[in-house]
Amino acid sequence: MTADLVPLALLMGLATYPFRAIPLLLPGFERLPARVRVYLRLVGPSVLAALAAVNTMVVVDAARRPSFQIGPEWIAVGLCILVVALRKSLLIGLLLAAGSIALLRAVGAAPLP
Amino acid sequence: MVAGVMDIRESRRQLLLDSLGIMISAGGFGLVYGLTAGEAGFSPLEASAMSVLVFAGASQFVAIGYVVGGVAWLAIMLLTAFLNARHLLYAAALAPYLADRPRWLRAVMAHLLTDEAFALAIAHFRRIGRADVRGYWTGAIVSTFIPWNVATIIGVTIGGSIPDPSRFGLDIIFPAAMGGLAVGLITGRRELVAGIFGAVLGVGVGLAWDPAAGIIAGGVIGPLFGMAVRGKDGREREAQLAFGPEPRAQPAPFYPARPGLGVHDDRTDT
Repeated sequence: MTADLVPLALLMGLATYPFRAIPLLLPGFERLPARVRVYLRLVGPSVLAALAAVNTMVVVDAARRPSFQIGPEWIAVGLCILVVALRKSLLIGLLLAAGSIALLRAVGAAPLP
Repeated sequence: MVAGVMDIRESRRQLLLDSLGIMISAGGFGLVYGLTAGEAGFSPLEASAMSVLVFAGASQFVAIGYVVGGVAWLAIMLLTAFLNARHLLYAAALAPYLADRPRWLRAVMAHLLTDEAFALAIAHFRRIGRADVRGYWTGAIVSTFIPWNVATIIGVTIGGSIPDPSRFGLDIIFPAAMGGLAVGLITGRRELVAGIFGAVLGVGVGLAWDPAAGIIAGGVIGPLFGMAVRGKDGREREAQLAFGPEPRAQPAPFYPARPGLGVHDDRTDT
């Protein structure tokens, strides 16, 4: 079993860790001005919505060129969001989202990614 | 869902339920990652080292392509940093909650901070109005780290005999979970506006430049639009957004507590 890429994994981990750690370890972060704390409270919905939208609507090819995607994935994600908004149940939303897209793919109405 | 009013046990139950979906998602993606790494010639040790030491799905997938393409390690490191820069936002948003925890604990928590861990933790912390380390581990380790790493090993060792997880719709769970958890964090107009602009900016910048840049742009600029909106209840709402829910209040001197009166005081519900 080769281990040639283990040092690369370590380097990649080192490249990632500061982004995860600096705000958590920086002293005095809890004493930020109120406006900054309001901003940080709004980061959650903003970045999660961006993650959902980008992962649903933007696809990249092998050369990492992005393009806009319109497809049944929108319905699946929208269904989950609707269920969470109305029923407050993420699990049911996720099961419906995965089930609906699996069904559409099984009957050939949606292509496999 | 109102920030900071839920009992911790009730919120933990909610967290566990939410975690189930994330577990399936992490397992499915981990499986695909393991399969892809195995097909690219990674040994189980190398694939697992990536999942343990990097623990960031998108950059691990991209690294496989670059390793196969013979790209220099320095370039792979820089790309990894770029793809994972959004974690800065997650850590910054969680920092006020975790400020009173020991430094070593925060250092360990940082390594396990992923999209999923952040989404579950911030929702849980906001429900109870404070940090809950056990809740953080549930989101970071139980629902993400363990399934991701176990699935990586299964994928890289068993390989092609596993059916494609996307046939079962598992690839849609991640965006659906992020969307659902975003909706769970929307408790007012400001969050709604921040979420909408985060999504729109994310897609716009993602199409114009790169999806990873889009996510960062949405996360950085979206909240500014949210801040531009005045909350329905003005300054009180702003104070709650900044400092969390009101602490348990002592009865005001001019409003003496009267045991057994049954008067509902909102201030004591936090």
